[in-house]
Amino acid sequence: MDRVILHCDANSYYASVECLYTPEIRHKPVAVGGSVEARHGIILTKNALAKQYGVKTGEAIWQAKQKCPDLVCVPPDFELYVRFSGKMRRIYEQYSSRVESFGLDESWIDLTQAGFTFADGVAVAEEIRNRIREELGITVSVGVADNKILAKLGSDMKKPDAVTVLPPESFREKIWDLPVQELLYVGPSTTRKLARLGITTIGGLACCDSAILSSLLGKNGLTLKAYANGQDRTPVMPVDHHSCVKSVGNSTTPPHDLTTMDDARCIYYLLSESVAARLRKGGFRARCISISARTTDLVTRSHQVMLSRPTNLTSELARAAMALFSDRFASGLPYRSVGLSCSMLTRDDEPVQLDFMGNETRRIHQEQLERSIDSLRSRYGHQIIQRGVVLQDRGYANINPVEDHTVHPVPMYTG
Amino acid sequence: MSSFRKNPAKIFVKVRADHLIGGGVRPLMLRTEDGPAMRIDRVTDVREAPSLKAGGQGLRYTCMIEDRRLYLFYDDPHWFIEADD
Repeated sequence: MDRVILHCDANSYYASVECLYTPEIRHKPVAVGGSVEARHGIILTKNALAKQYGVKTGEAIWQAKQKCPDLVCVPPDFELYVRFSGKMRRIYEQYSSRVESFGLDESWIDLTQAGFTFADGVAVAEEIRNRIREELGITVSVGVADNKILAKLGSDMKKPDAVTVLPPESFREKIWDLPVQELLYVGPSTTRKLARLGITTIGGLACCDSAILSSLLGKNGLTLKAYANGQDRTPVMPVDHHSCVKSVGNSTTPPHDLTTMDDARCIYYLLSESVAARLRKGGFRARCISISARTTDLVTRSHQVMLSRPTNLTSELARAAMALFSDRFASGLPYRSVGLSCSMLTRDDEPVQLDFMGNETRRIHQEQLERSIDSLRSRYGHQIIQRGVVLQDRGYANINPVEDHTVHPVPMYTG
Repeated sequence: MSSFRKNPAKIFVKVRADHLIGGGVRPLMLRTEDGPAMRIDRVTDVREAPSLKAGGQGLRYTCMIEDRRLYLFYDDPHWFIEADD
């Protein structure tokens, strides 16, 4: 049976909700950003007026203000955004029980059922678009296709408040001329690699020889080629934005830049403690660790490494993070902010393959010790007990990374 | 902060209401913080809607009060009305 899948993307979501709730800023350039005082002054989202001035998501507030002196910056109100996201989802769920959230502002809806045609899907997309505007007062862009990748691409093609249809028989002429980075999962690094082969469009990727792509990008190359050809059978998973944890991560912008390896060690121990505590609290162990660092020029790089065994121990995360940092990032010091994220999660009650060389007893004792620290902190506060390594810089010691959190979208790769 | 955002065009009100057996809510009377109580004669429409004027969104009750139409919004857990021009 041919599938009918919608992807709904709320336009400038945080800024739209802010403008809805604060009429006096509605006709001004508006950006939602973090706290300037704590050096978290980054633009999270901006409205269409701010966009006209060239304000970009991810840049510092002071940079945005240089481009647009009248920019109104408001702090984020995540509680409101989460609540409003639930309202959108309740509308989507009136059309299908298969609704998969991708962050707070995006969702796939699988409308497939016997007798339901692609044209019916387009009509539902229009109805949803109208209802969101009339009932909630914000706008969405909707993509209609027979798979998730094309539906997402479609929702990005026309904004705001629009429906883009990419039918299976004619999607090629609509998307093959688009830049290749418009395709989901083609990031800056893949774009650069493809450009070396002269591939700059989605059509170029779709028609490239599989063997060449495979040698350049590994099996991801073949997956991306399939996506460019409209071939994706990934199911729409009925999950909301927090029910399916795929990764646990923390990032922080410390009070001063990281200039030495000791600074990095201190911060990565702090982040590892926070991430490991959250893994333990959620009942997870992680097999993959990824660290990122943002330079003072605001360029962010990240690298990841597989761990030999799934872990939720601070010491193992910190050691892996520092090994990765000294290998990949040490030469680029100083850094403005850093992050640590764990993925490929398994449940902590799953059996673990032991090995003859490892000291499992020590690991069990270590976990008991760290759980005791978690318990102390939950009763008396984060600062009640600290590692010696983080005390070498009082500025860093006052950071409480547990209180900082990031909302990660649920990745599409499942299983 | 959430949805309890004050601005001159948004008036939060106290509401007396019937909570119906079927789960619906029928507002009967509303009162601003320092104003008189106003009896709601009829509710002619109930729907989700934004209030572009007051800033917010919620379940909008179109209320008739002495032949005057008034929009009463329920933005859980707050009730508000739009200020007169």
